[in-house]
Amino acid sequence: MRHHRVLRIVSKLLIPFIMLFALYVQFHGDFGPGGGFQAGVIFASAFILYGLIFGMENARKVAPPGVVTRLLAAGVLIYAGTGYAGLIGGANFLDYNVLGATPVAGQHLGILVIEFGVGTTVAAAMITIFFLFAGRER
Amino acid sequence: MIITLIDIALLTFMGATAIAILRLGSLFAVVMLSGIYSLLAASMFVALDAVDVAFTEAAVGAGISTVLMMATLALTGERERPSHRRPYVPLAVVLITGAALIYATFDMPPFGAADAPVNLHVAPRYLNESFAEVGLPNVVTSILASYRGFDTLGEVTVIFTAGVAVMLLLGGRKGDDAGIKTEPPEDDNRDDDDDGGGGGGSAA
Repeated sequence: MRHHRVLRIVSKLLIPFIMLFALYVQFHGDFGPGGGFQAGVIFASAFILYGLIFGMENARKVAPPGVVTRLLAAGVLIYAGTGYAGLIGGANFLDYNVLGATPVAGQHLGILVIEFGVGTTVAAAMITIFFLFAGRER
Repeated sequence: MIITLIDIALLTFMGATAIAILRLGSLFAVVMLSGIYSLLAASMFVALDAVDVAFTEAAVGAGISTVLMMATLALTGERERPSHRRPYVPLAVVLITGAALIYATFDMPPFGAADAPVNLHVAPRYLNESFAEVGLPNVVTSILASYRGFDTLGEVTVIFTAGVAVMLLLGGRKGDDAGIKTEPPEDDNRDDDDDGGGGGGSAA
């Protein structure tokens, strides 16, 4: 699709806004609909759109599979690590109350961090699956 | 009243889409209709006031799944192979299961009933106390991320496992991407990829 000028230019214009919207959904999930799952999928769709329009080789340069694979694991580790942080603070696993000065501040911080972990893993998983499917020859 | 009309319209569209999916032989059209079906399901969730679920359904069901199915179609083919087997046994199974499910709905409380068991167990606690305990306006996020944090950790692990499984099944041999273009730097990436997969697997 590299020769479709309209698709190329429109997607170039859209990709930054898709990523921005994903970040909005990620960090606004506490206040409105959204959260890590949705944000991760939207963020990955920006890379998938790039891969569809500009080809898989270019997409692999933007999101090197090695980095994406590490992020896939990093998201789960961020989430589980937050659980252990609560454990170290003297509370139960995944109890965020001890993470901040007050229980509510701790909850806020904990939820922000684990949602970031969720988003990271979901985005990395979607990008990985798409790269592997689209990168295969018939 | 308006909500009822919207529900009826959405259900009609969903039924029509499902029948069209069954009848069509062109897999490309089937993939597109599945995306439309997901979008209709997302609209249904909005009508049920479950915007978070609707958001997920629209992003995953109508968005990513359609793209992945298209990528699969590029590998397989665009026509469904005609089947000559008689569908009586599966049809009987589907009819009996469907009838049992519809029969089960007769015992269910009306949708949104305040005295339904689901609204009497932990829901009042979440709705009344979560703002004082967690401090988030969006109760769905409070439940998913804090009260049910273990569940969500499990879900993230499932997604991680899915990514690793696809990597193991399709990423497989080194030089699998030779057909596209193999350059030395890309080989390095492939190596990283394999290492990352192994490291992640042992971490889980």
